[in-house]
Amino acid sequence: MDLNTVTAVSRPRDRAALSGWTEGDAFLAGGTWLFSEPQPDVRRLIDLSALDWPALTIGQDGLEIAATCTIAQLCHADLPPAWAAAPLIEACARCLMASFKVWNMATVGGNLCLALPAGAMISLVCGLDGTCLLWAPDGTERRIRALDFITGASRTDLRPGEILRAIHLPATALTRRAAMRQASLSALGRSAVLVIGTRPPEGGLSLTVTAAVPRPLRLEFSQDPDAAECAAALAAALPADAYFEDVHGARDWRRAMTLHLSEQVRAELAAGDAA
Amino acid sequence: MKFDLNGAATEAAPRPGQCLRTLLRDLGRFGVKKGCDTGDCGACTVHVDGAPVHSCLYPAFRAEGRAVTTIEGLAQDGALHPVQARFLAAQGFQCGFCTAGMIMTAVALDQAQMRDLPAALKGNLCRCTGYRAIADAVHGVCHVETEEAGGGIGRSLPAPAGPDLVTGAACFTMDVAPPGLTHLKLLASPHPHARIVAIETAEALSVPGVVAILTHADAPAAHFSTARHEIATDDVDDTRVLDDVVRFVGQRVAAVVAETEGAAEEACRRIKVTYALLPAVFEPEAALAPGAPVLHPKAPGTSRIAAPERNVVGALHGAVGDVAAGFAEADFIHEGTYASQRVQHGHLETHGTIGWLDADGRLTLRTSSQTPFLTRDALAGLFGLAPDKVRVVCARVGGGFGGKQEMLTEDIVALAVLKTGRPVKFEFTRHEQFTASTCRHPMKVTVKIGARADGTLTAIALSVLSNTGAYGNHGPGTLFHGCNEALILYRCPNKKAEGRAVYTNTMPSGAFRGYGLSQTIFAVESAMDEVARGLGLDPFDFRRRNMIRPGDAMIAHSDHPHDVAFGSYGLDQCLGLVEQALAAPSPDAPPGWLTGTGMAAAMIDTIPPRGHFAECRIRLAADGMFDLTVGTAEFGNGTSTVHRQIAATILGTLPSRVRLHQSDTALGGYDTGAFGSTGTVVAGLATERAATALAARLIALGRIARGEAASEPNATGAPARLAPDAVVAGDTRIPLADLAAQAGAPIEERGRATGSPRSVAFNVQGFRVAVDPATGALRILRSVHAADAGRVMNPLQCRGQIEGGIAQALGVALMEDLQIGPDGHVVNPTFRSYLMPRFADIPPTEILFAKTYDALGPAGAKSMSESPYNPVTPALANAIRDATGLRLHAPPFTPDRLHAALVARDGSGRPV
Repeated sequence: MDLNTVTAVSRPRDRAALSGWTEGDAFLAGGTWLFSEPQPDVRRLIDLSALDWPALTIGQDGLEIAATCTIAQLCHADLPPAWAAAPLIEACARCLMASFKVWNMATVGGNLCLALPAGAMISLVCGLDGTCLLWAPDGTERRIRALDFITGASRTDLRPGEILRAIHLPATALTRRAAMRQASLSALGRSAVLVIGTRPPEGGLSLTVTAAVPRPLRLEFSQDPDAAECAAALAAALPADAYFEDVHGARDWRRAMTLHLSEQVRAELAAGDAA
Repeated sequence: MKFDLNGAATEAAPRPGQCLRTLLRDLGRFGVKKGCDTGDCGACTVHVDGAPVHSCLYPAFRAEGRAVTTIEGLAQDGALHPVQARFLAAQGFQCGFCTAGMIMTAVALDQAQMRDLPAALKGNLCRCTGYRAIADAVHGVCHVETEEAGGGIGRSLPAPAGPDLVTGAACFTMDVAPPGLTHLKLLASPHPHARIVAIETAEALSVPGVVAILTHADAPAAHFSTARHEIATDDVDDTRVLDDVVRFVGQRVAAVVAETEGAAEEACRRIKVTYALLPAVFEPEAALAPGAPVLHPKAPGTSRIAAPERNVVGALHGAVGDVAAGFAEADFIHEGTYASQRVQHGHLETHGTIGWLDADGRLTLRTSSQTPFLTRDALAGLFGLAPDKVRVVCARVGGGFGGKQEMLTEDIVALAVLKTGRPVKFEFTRHEQFTASTCRHPMKVTVKIGARADGTLTAIALSVLSNTGAYGNHGPGTLFHGCNEALILYRCPNKKAEGRAVYTNTMPSGAFRGYGLSQTIFAVESAMDEVARGLGLDPFDFRRRNMIRPGDAMIAHSDHPHDVAFGSYGLDQCLGLVEQALAAPSPDAPPGWLTGTGMAAAMIDTIPPRGHFAECRIRLAADGMFDLTVGTAEFGNGTSTVHRQIAATILGTLPSRVRLHQSDTALGGYDTGAFGSTGTVVAGLATERAATALAARLIALGRIARGEAASEPNATGAPARLAPDAVVAGDTRIPLADLAAQAGAPIEERGRATGSPRSVAFNVQGFRVAVDPATGALRILRSVHAADAGRVMNPLQCRGQIEGGIAQALGVALMEDLQIGPDGHVVNPTFRSYLMPRFADIPPTEILFAKTYDALGPAGAKSMSESPYNPVTPALANAIRDATGLRLHAPPFTPDRLHAALVARDGSGRPV
């Protein structure tokens, strides 16, 4: 929709031009959220697309995803075959409420910064041990785990004027076997529960729960857990009232589905190992 | 900024925060629609450098240097794109408002996406079709038939608007931009109940571009109802254009007219309102409780509100026989309370009106309405104008579903035009649609049914508590309708109904497909299922034992005389068709899932009661074509096709030789309105009568032209007949154009229908479902629907209406629930939070027709727009009951609710 309070667009072409953030400024990446709701407090758009960051950089140590990389670009990336977890990318994209048309505009960084519990790029990045590179307006930068970047429902660790520059997925996570399950109230609908598991070659399980909880939850098992161990760890980490609730799913159901789908993820990864 | 628009170099100067959608419309590309403006519905889909995007989310300035293609740019050198041609061949649309976006999306799909339409089309909402027609269009299935002279009725002829819809040329309500247009925005109440103490507008008036600010001080003092009925006094007068008391969150407080939408929005933010808060109630039980705040403190008898001091807008009490005695002789009794939730119509075109004063000073409103004539009359009354000083015009309307049997935007635009003298545009946002329009009446229906061991009903009692919201529009009407056909359907000597429609501080409820019946039928058909189970009877046999049959008196809860007759009867066929279809093998359910079968029946009077009028006029034009003028509006109901089919059949011509002029009060052709499924059965009957008269006259004129006396039959031994463009007798052929030229005056005939007597129609829905006890997930394995539509005028369109009704009902049954929070705010006022069925949610339904011919309807036809909606929710509930043993009393039957119900019963959702 038209953002009629916006009176200016700034299109910085380098980092130096990014400084000068002030109240009423909004960083514009894909725009798919910014333009989807009234933004009466926004006066200026700072268009990050003019910075022309390379969308994807494949390195020995993993994948660097620019915050402005669109979901479509990420889905269509030609990734090394050794990255066994790569199918998670499109699987997570398909868990977005938005269709492939929105993937053409929406960015990975935008999905993280919005910090919705159902943000499927959050699920992906947290599930694959991603880290976030943040640029502060004073020219400094810092790197934190994606798990720590999201601090709650619609809350992030971003400070005023700070931006998410890039997300790094380490090769150690990308080369693992991965499994994913999602529950939604409607077919191809918004995630109410999204569980991702990865298994290192030496055994164990990294289980990441999103959508069912206000902020991503990670459980680490150094050895392959059995069903009871997995369920007990979830119960210990998430009391019944820790689950998220909104119109996209009742709290008790999200809890039950988290247990149910986590067990499926655990079993799939354990079974694959046996085979 | 320079960019390429549909192949042409284009310069534009977008505003900094403008989205591409409005820029393209500013440039005259009105095929780019606004369905939501939030990126959820896909109606605004365009291509940027070949990639499909939602243009409402696309920053306009980013189009610089890019190539943008809209629906208008898809056809090349006058040749339709193949996808456009396929949407025509399959008629992959009804109202057509989503069609441009649907086509722009379909064009962009690759082979893999074509095989996975549920995912590929998840970003495109259609409220009319139920998506089957769209799937067929994408896959290139052809359904339309070619026309032939005199053979219009019964053929799947295409909608005349089709070519315009697939090219983006079709002109909907908002698709014009008169010079000097101003924009109106509303300031909405943040409080559910408050008296307005003061409104300060000085700062708001200082915003550049503001033309006027309207408050209750500017509004007529008179109260009216936003509901529109033939008899205006059927609804209560409790609403003002702008009031000094607000009764729900979202109600208008003030209106700003400005040169731009941005200025109007800014001024709204700067209006300072002082409220004196009043206590609020959100549920009917609370509103009825002693000491509850009175929403409309009017003296009894002044407003037709049944009991204003108790917040009761309408009440109903009726009984036949002796219900207590009936229950005493029952071998099995079921009693339960069934709640139907608040749902929104979700038509893709929001409400909206553009108004101006024409050259003669006549107030002219171009509006998205199902009732242009009734709206004209209401505005004339409200503003003290002669009816001929008000003109209301409906262009193509983007869906209605009852929501536009209401005056929600016209009154404020009329006030603004009259105050400013300027052309004024007011278009609901999707947020306003969800918070400040109307919804289906939430109802709690307690039903008690008793039967003897042999399955004979002994007593039925119905008690209805309806939440009419802050205003009483359609409150009494839906209550009475809901307690009518749901009870008439079954023979039973002892029946009783009581009901109240109650004010609360929530968005007003209003007319909605089914008009009260969907809520009561959910209760009655659920209860009928329980009684059949309790007696060990098959649900089809149980209904056959008790169903109304021709010759039976039609009695709901009183024996008052009425004008409904069995013009035809197809319930027996419908039951048999669904029973037979359900007996065929269904797809397998996944291992461990529970499966079950359920059905429900519904009855509807083909026309609303108390008079529904239509006048049609047909004229032989100078060019030998026919001009047919009807008052009824087209919003995807397909009546534009049917009127031409009826006229062409009677006149022995081709439907394409009949030009339709419609829904403009200046043209005449009075019509009560396209509601109550009357577009075919009432207005169509008027067209049939007009065409019949014209056919007789043309034959007579043909004879006179040949020098014969019109009154002498067979003067030459060869009876005259009508050919597509001539009157023919023997070897003589007089072209119609010549006949028109020879006549000194227009050759014109009129037809009129009064909506009485009325007939009855029936629908039966069956489902086979599977439920995953581990997750609560529900899968529809098979869906079958049988309809008693009389003679089917246009099978393609009638099937589409039924599929659309089923899909809308599945939305109610599976996902839709407009929730009001504890502070009175709507919790989910967006398409992201209010889930409407998408492609993936709607299974195919096998549509079967009873073979009937109605003695009362035009050419044997009956209504079939609302009624398919009514049996769907109970049929699904009954199938879930069969599968799981759970009787669900309140839709939507979402996985979390199903799972919770299983857990509550079993202690665990995962029986081993």
